[in-house]
Amino acid sequence: MAKARGAIEVDIEKCKGCELCIGSCPFHVISLEQHVNSKGYHYAYMGNPEACTGCTNCAVVCPDGVITVFRAKSEV
Amino acid sequence: MEVKEIIRQENMVYQRSSLLTSKPFSYCPGCGHGTSNRLVAEVIEELGIQNDTIGVAPVGCSVLIYDFIDIDFSQAPHGRAPAVATGIKRVLPEKVVFTYQGDGDLAAIGTSETIHACNRGENITIIFVNNGIYGMTGGQMAPTTLPGMKTSTSPYGREVATMGTPLKITEMIAHLDGVNFVSRQAVHTPAAVRKAKKAIRAAFECQINKKGLGFVEIVSNCNSGWKMTPVKANQWMEENMFPFYPLGDIKVDGKLVKTL
Amino acid sequence: MKEFLLMKGNEAIAEAAIRAGADAYFGYPITPQSEIMEYLMTEKATERTGMVVLQAESELAAINMVYGAAGTGKKVLTSSSSPGISLMQEGISYIAGAELPCVIINVVRAGPGLGTIQPSQADYFQSVKGGGHGDYRLIVLAPSSVQEMADFVPLAFDLAFKYRNPALILSDGVIGQMMEKVELFKPIPRTEQFDQSWVITGKTPDRKANVITSLDLEPLPMEKHNHHLQAKYKKMEDEEVRFEEIMCDDADYIMVAYGSSARICSKALQLARAKGVKVGLLRPITLFPFPKVRIAELAQRVKGMLSVELSAGQMVEDIRLAVNGKIPVEHYGRFGGMVHSPSEVLEAFEKIFIKN
Ligand SMILES: Cc1ncc(C[n+]2csc(CCOP(=O)(O)OP(=O)(O)O)c2C)c(N)n1
Ligand code: SF4
Ligand code: SF4
Ligand code: SF4
Ligand SMILES: [Mg+2]
Repeated sequence: MAKARGAIEVDIEKCKGCELCIGSCPFHVISLEQHVNSKGYHYAYMGNPEACTGCTNCAVVCPDGVITVFRAKSEV
Repeated sequence: MEVKEIIRQENMVYQRSSLLTSKPFSYCPGCGHGTSNRLVAEVIEELGIQNDTIGVAPVGCSVLIYDFIDIDFSQAPHGRAPAVATGIKRVLPEKVVFTYQGDGDLAAIGTSETIHACNRGENITIIFVNNGIYGMTGGQMAPTTLPGMKTSTSPYGREVATMGTPLKITEMIAHLDGVNFVSRQAVHTPAAVRKAKKAIRAAFECQINKKGLGFVEIVSNCNSGWKMTPVKANQWMEENMFPFYPLGDIKVDGKLVKTL
Repeated sequence: MKEFLLMKGNEAIAEAAIRAGADAYFGYPITPQSEIMEYLMTEKATERTGMVVLQAESELAAINMVYGAAGTGKKVLTSSSSPGISLMQEGISYIAGAELPCVIINVVRAGPGLGTIQPSQADYFQSVKGGGHGDYRLIVLAPSSVQEMADFVPLAFDLAFKYRNPALILSDGVIGQMMEKVELFKPIPRTEQFDQSWVITGKTPDRKANVITSLDLEPLPMEKHNHHLQAKYKKMEDEEVRFEEIMCDDADYIMVAYGSSARICSKALQLARAKGVKVGLLRPITLFPFPKVRIAELAQRVKGMLSVELSAGQMVEDIRLAVNGKIPVEHYGRFGGMVHSPSEVLEAFEKIFIKN
């Protein structure tokens, strides 16, 4: 069976780099960017995008509500 | 499959509630207030009650919640939110009224207003964010501060002999007949957030169905006050706060479901 | 047909609240005003008009219930007596800051502290100078008869809504407990007759969310808000001053007194006139805005003024400000729960102004 493929989009300017999403991702998709946003926070990004299943865990814990999650219907 | 192909509107499975304004939350990184604000917005949106809901904002870190959730709000003096909510609900009984309060607000200065609104069985919803500290004023001791816990006004740790033991106000409230639903939750993991959201929803439904007061405590972190990173704070919370403030439903449909 | 009743001042206020179409009353018992809530309950105000009547757990809660309900644009009132009003000051400051209309009744008793349940006018300062924290003013009406206890309730609501400001009826134990004949006004239906654009009733898609708050973290907008409040208070001073004058036209001396003390002074004035002493009485009906312009005018042609208050002398300070040193302004009054008699007032007046 094909594994669901997902992706996240982070509102970089609103991310505060708290890392809670990182620990909540079962597939170790997320890392913190070395660069900082205009507020001076390192922001989250998909360091390992292939592993994302679109499970929404990261978005659900993100205190600032800056993650949008997408899941492709299926992949052959 | 390319990431670009996945990030399409039709594939979207989670986005921030449309009831949240575009203003960034004023909370510190990783603060449970953000998650709790989000959940309140999501529940109100999902219940479709945004046109009929009036929030009461406390004094505390969440004082500006009215800047973040796009519904009518009244800000309240420190601790008085349940009285303010009572005033609103009594003259607008068909509207949905909730308070959102911290532990200093609800369990210290506002204990009387809280207990009496609960005891009268005001048909309102109370969301109580307990981080065991006064976050907004810079991390002073709260009635909910754990024994031995260091704060700026208990710099050598809360000494029970002189400062008392933490107040389990949620358990007290659960005993009041006017209260229909009581639950204690957390928002530090995806599973916890999903459960907390269910509880918040139940507390609002309780009001909508005119069953009485619904009360949800969210055991939360205060990374700044606790002087920890958000990840460390959540770990500390699991190890220290949860044994003292155990999670789960306490009262459902007017019946205690947990021996207290 | 005119409707006359023999009523206590406190009962008249309560009946007037029902007839004025009040939507809610929140209160906490305290002598000498407990009859207000008792009357509302006994007379089944809720059955009569649908008005909410709720006994709160404290004055703190009561005033915050008022704050909450007033934010919805409803006609809301509370009543208390001095120690209870002290406890309400936090909420009153918030209500003034958030610009909400409401009516507060203070049936004053003597202090400081627990004091005594006997009448007093020692709450003048906490009524007209703000009372709680910050630069704010209440509209303060001072009834001196049971009739005015009734009539000032709808007036207070009108002024409160006109200015979006709390209005205080400053009474005392004498007027609250005294029985007099009252002509009652016809009931006004409970309708929302004022501007409702600012109220919190649930945000509908056609408007922005309304927020009732007195907070601004930035000082510059807060200063602007304060300027707006001050402009409002100035407008009240320009347009809402109310007072009564008795025999001031030919007077050589003026007594200034409000509420129950004004009743006593009107007797003292008769005694003085019988002796051929030309005394007049100025009775401020609004204590804020204070009739300072009129007092300044009178100061141009009289020889002295006596502020007669059931206190150690509070209003006298405002009279002195208005008179600005032109003529002597003195104070006389019994206090701590004692009430001066007309002859005591006359004696004090003569001692201060005539015999010297
Ligand atoms: C009457 C009054 N007393 C004290 C304060 C100062 N104050 C502001 S927030 C706060 C404590 C808030 O703590 P809590 O309710 O736990 O909220 P948190 O910030 O932790 O979420 C205090 C004491 C105030 N604003 N008003
Ligand atoms: S949880 Fe949210 S705010 Fe925190 S790092 Fe992740 S995306 Fe950023
Ligand atoms: S959606 Fe799930 S898998 Fe993808 S990044 Fe978020 S937590 Fe990880
Ligand atoms: S001070 Fe504490 S409670 Fe307040 S926003 Fe920061 S982390 Fe949250
Ligand atoms: Mg707190």
